[in-house]
Order: sequence, then structure tokens, then C-alpha cells
Amino acid sequence: MSLFSSLRAKITALAKPVRGRIGDSLFTALAFLAAITIVVMMALMVYELYLVARPAISEFGAGFLTSEEWDPVNDVYGAKPFIFGTIVSSLLALLMAVPLSLGIAIFLSQFAPRWLRSQLGFVVELLAAIPSVVYGLWGIFVLAPFLGDTIEPWFVDYLGWIPLFAGPVYGVGLFTAGVILAIMILPTISAISRESMQNVPSDQKEAAQALGATPWETVRMSVLPLARPGIIGAIILGLGRALGETMAVTMVIGNSPKIPESIFAPAYTIASVIASEFAEVTAGLHQAALVELALILLVITLLLNLLARLLVQKTGRRASKTRSKRA
Amino acid sequence: MISTLHRQRRNFISNAAYLFCALSAVIALIPLILILAYVILQGASALSIEFLTQLPKPVGETGGGMGNAIVGSLMLIGIASVLGLPIGVLAGTFLAEYRSPRLSWTVRLLADILSGVPSIIVGVFVYTLLVLTIGHFSALAGGVALAILMLPTVARTTEEMLRMVPDSLREASLALGISRWRTIVSIVIKTAGGGIMTGIMLALARIAGETAPLLFTALGSRTWPTGIDKPVASLPVQIYQYAISPYADWHAQAWAGSLVLVLMVLILSVGSKLYFGRKMRSVR
Repeated sequence: MSLFSSLRAKITALAKPVRGRIGDSLFTALAFLAAITIVVMMALMVYELYLVARPAISEFGAGFLTSEEWDPVNDVYGAKPFIFGTIVSSLLALLMAVPLSLGIAIFLSQFAPRWLRSQLGFVVELLAAIPSVVYGLWGIFVLAPFLGDTIEPWFVDYLGWIPLFAGPVYGVGLFTAGVILAIMILPTISAISRESMQNVPSDQKEAAQALGATPWETVRMSVLPLARPGIIGAIILGLGRALGETMAVTMVIGNSPKIPESIFAPAYTIASVIASEFAEVTAGLHQAALVELALILLVITLLLNLLARLLVQKTGRRASKTRSKRA
Repeated sequence: MISTLHRQRRNFISNAAYLFCALSAVIALIPLILILAYVILQGASALSIEFLTQLPKPVGETGGGMGNAIVGSLMLIGIASVLGLPIGVLAGTFLAEYRSPRLSWTVRLLADILSGVPSIIVGVFVYTLLVLTIGHFSALAGGVALAILMLPTVARTTEEMLRMVPDSLREASLALGISRWRTIVSIVIKTAGGGIMTGIMLALARIAGETAPLLFTALGSRTWPTGIDKPVASLPVQIYQYAISPYADWHAQAWAGSLVLVLMVLILSVGSKLYFGRKMRSVR
């Protein structure tokens, strides 16, 4: 190898003594700069948000996270209603999307006939191509009235004795936001967990089949355990998307900065309060508070994505290790 | 007798699981079909030549169109491409062609993480970076925000596509005395060109529909775009503003705008996949 590279260096030097070398170092520098841009930008993003948020951070301290008051008139700001709305709407979305997504992933990677797999996978992934604002438009005029007229009253009638499902229904609110988010993160979770299920070496499945396992038992005993880190990674990535999703949620969640009493009541998320208030504020505590909210959301999604990527990488690596061991 | 019952139970569970999985796939298709059906039906009835070519009418008057928003969207995508494509392709080239393990690992991880950063955060970031310092909203700020959003997709697909180019091609070129950068540009990138195009089209499809990062960078406008340093209308932002307005005429226009937007995005993403699929078959 070193012989080859020294030979290569000699040949390059012979063929284009000066121009090639200048071009080489110039191109290397450009490529390096481009790669470094991504690193610098991520660091700059955190730093810049911190700088602008600093007035709010020093004014409210840690109390910002626990205070429920959001009052631009008196310049008092607390993040709790938004953190609450963000987490609850995302968890509602996961509750609905995870079983469906895993069902789709298992179907597409294990059960479906071959000709159907790529076609159906492609169609499911189209859901990810529809712009967020179109989901929002559909949410306002179709989904919210539908849920408000049918599903939500049903819950109130039959489960209203649980405080979570009590109270008036408006159509817009936490529950509708959860449903929209579930639809939006479905393709993310199903595509990534499908990939890690496909990475499970087939001898693992064949071993289960040889022991007389039914198709479902094969999935449960050999596919799911080996694909688990990838599936968890996929769910975390889906959660990250749901936490940061803005337009569709802003349009259907009802935008009320109070902690809701039931899941059908209007609420607010971090992303949606930024979307609806940020353009109108000028410099000052209000702006700093909104940027601090942005910073909180950024840090949460950074950590979640880091965790998810490491997990997804792990399945990929393990699968390739098993393969290379066999070879 | 017991073992037969046991087997029946196991088969029943297996069949039930199969049914659940197949049903999940069907359920996922329902919202897709419903959304597309509404966008096509509602949108088509409000779509007209006037809608595509005219400015919005003043508040309260019906009629007018989103011509300026369509032009504005194209302008923003153009600015984002000019800034984001070279950086993205070069960064992907660095990851694939220059093996410096630790830096590559960091850049790759950060690119993946960046693709998970909520787009509204990128909007806030560009606002503090450009709008606060310059003092006003501008098309440039919107373009920069979109460029940041397309960077990770372009960089990662470029890297993956370049990795698929066999080393023998690189060695053959270097052995002929062609310099390394010429080898990368004229041999490696050219060979992987189709795949890189696919990544670029996917990235464009993603940013074409982005609304949140434009809300306080490009802002919006009710006139034709006048310059790169002025606020500019865009299709997604216009749809949002019309959708949350109280006017029925604006709602209809929001549907028409959605139809145009969805067509744009679907043509880009479906087109790229079909193109790439054909490319892959011809390689095989």
C-alpha cells in the first residue's frame, strides 16, 4: 500500500509537476472548508441562540422552566405550558404512531410478498413528502371538524368520568395535534425500523423457522431482538420530529398558553408559540424568552438525535459484523 | 389433543399478527389518500390562470392570485441552491474521498443531527444571525435558512453515492497521471452524478415545502419580489396566512396554493426516485 501510494505520488508529480499540486491542495482546502462549515454552524447555532436568550436566562433563571405564567403585557414569561404541550402532543403521537409504524415495518420487511414491498414502502414514504403546511390546512378544515364532531364526543360520552377525557370539545386541541403528528412521523419510524429489520441476517430467521416457529414467532424471537436498537432509534427520531414539528401543530392545537385540563382542550407547543409570536416581537424580554424556548427545544432535539443516531449505527454495525464473521 | 390445540393457538396468534401488520399498512394509506383527494378536489376548483399569474388583491376584495408567492418560492429555492449545493456536494466529497477518520465521523454525525434540528429553530438562528444584524427581513435570510436545511441531505447522499464508485476507477485515473482533484471532479463525481442529482432533488423537495424557517426570515409580501435584500412572499407562508385567515375566498386560494405546492414537491421527490431507480437498474 505504501509502495503503491509512493508510486502514485511519483507518477502524479511527473505528470503535472506544479499545476496539479496547487489544484489538489486548493480542492482539498475547499472540501475541508465545506465539511468544517457543518461543524462550525452547529456550534454557532447553539452559541447564537444562547447570546440572544441571555437576558431571559438571567432574568428568570431556572424558574423559567417551572413557571406557568406567559404574559407579554406585564413582561413575565414561563415555559411550563409550552414544554407540557410539546411533550404531551408528541407522546400522544407516539402512542398512535408506534404500533402502526412497527406493524408496517414488520409487514414490509417480513410478511409482504416481494412485489408489494418496494411499491407499498414508496407510497407510505410519500406521507413524508407532503409539506407540513398542507397537513395543517387539511387539519384545520377536515380533520379537526371531523374529530370534534365524532371521535371526541364519543370519548367524552363513554370515558368522560376520567378527567383526562372530560370537558368541552372544540376540534382543535392537543388530541388533534397528536393525530396530525402521528400521521407525520409514521413514515420516519416505519422506514428506519424497517431498514434495521431488513439488516437482521437471514440465518437467524432460518434457525427459528427450523425449530418450527410460526411466522410471528420468527419475528418475535429473531427479528425484533436483533433489530431492537434500530427500532428504538427510529422511535426516538420520530419523537424528535414530533417535538419540533411546527406548522401543522400551530394550525390545529388551538394556541392557548395554559396547561390544558383534558386532552381535547387547546394547548400550545414551543415550536408553535415561536411561529405565532416571534415575527411580531421586537427586541426585549419577550424576544429573549422566545429564543430561550428555541434553545431548550434545540438542546432536547440535539440530545435525542445524538442518541438515536448512535443506536441506529449500532444495528448497522452489528449486522455487518455478523455478516463478516460468516464470510 | 393438547398439542393440536396448542398449535392452533400459535397459528391463530401468528395469523392475527399478520393481519395487524397488513392492516397497519392499509391504515397508513387512508390519510395519504384523503389529504391528496382534498388537495386535488378543493385545489382544482380554485385554481385558475389568474391565480397563478396575479398579485393578491387587497384584504376584503375577492380574486387575485399567488403569482408573487410562486415567483418568490422559486427565488428562495434558487438562493438556497446557490449557497447550499456547492457546500453540500463538497462536504460530501470530503467525507467520501478524504479519509480522516475522526473529523469525518464528527462531520457525519453532526450532519445527521442537523437534519433532525427543527426547521423553526433554523429560522430563529438565521433571524438572529442575519435579520437582527442587517436590521430587516430579506429574501437572502430566507434563502440562507433553506440552504442550511438542505445541507445535510445533499452532503450525506453525495457521500453515499461517491462511495459506490469502485476504487479501480480512481486508481486507473491516478495511474494515468491525472491529479487527484481532477480525478475526483471529472471521474468520481461524474460517475456518481445521477445519484447526486437524486439527492439534490430530494433536498429541493424538502425545502420547497418548508414554512417555519421563512416566517421570520423572508417574512412575506403582497407585491412582486423586488430584490434579494427585501422581504419576499413564498407559497408555503402564503398558504399558512390564508389558511388561518377568516375569509372563505382566502381559504379556497390556500387550497389552490397547496395543490401547486404538492405538485411541485411530488414531481421532485417521485421524479428523483424513478430516475434513481432507472439509474440503479442500468448499473446492475
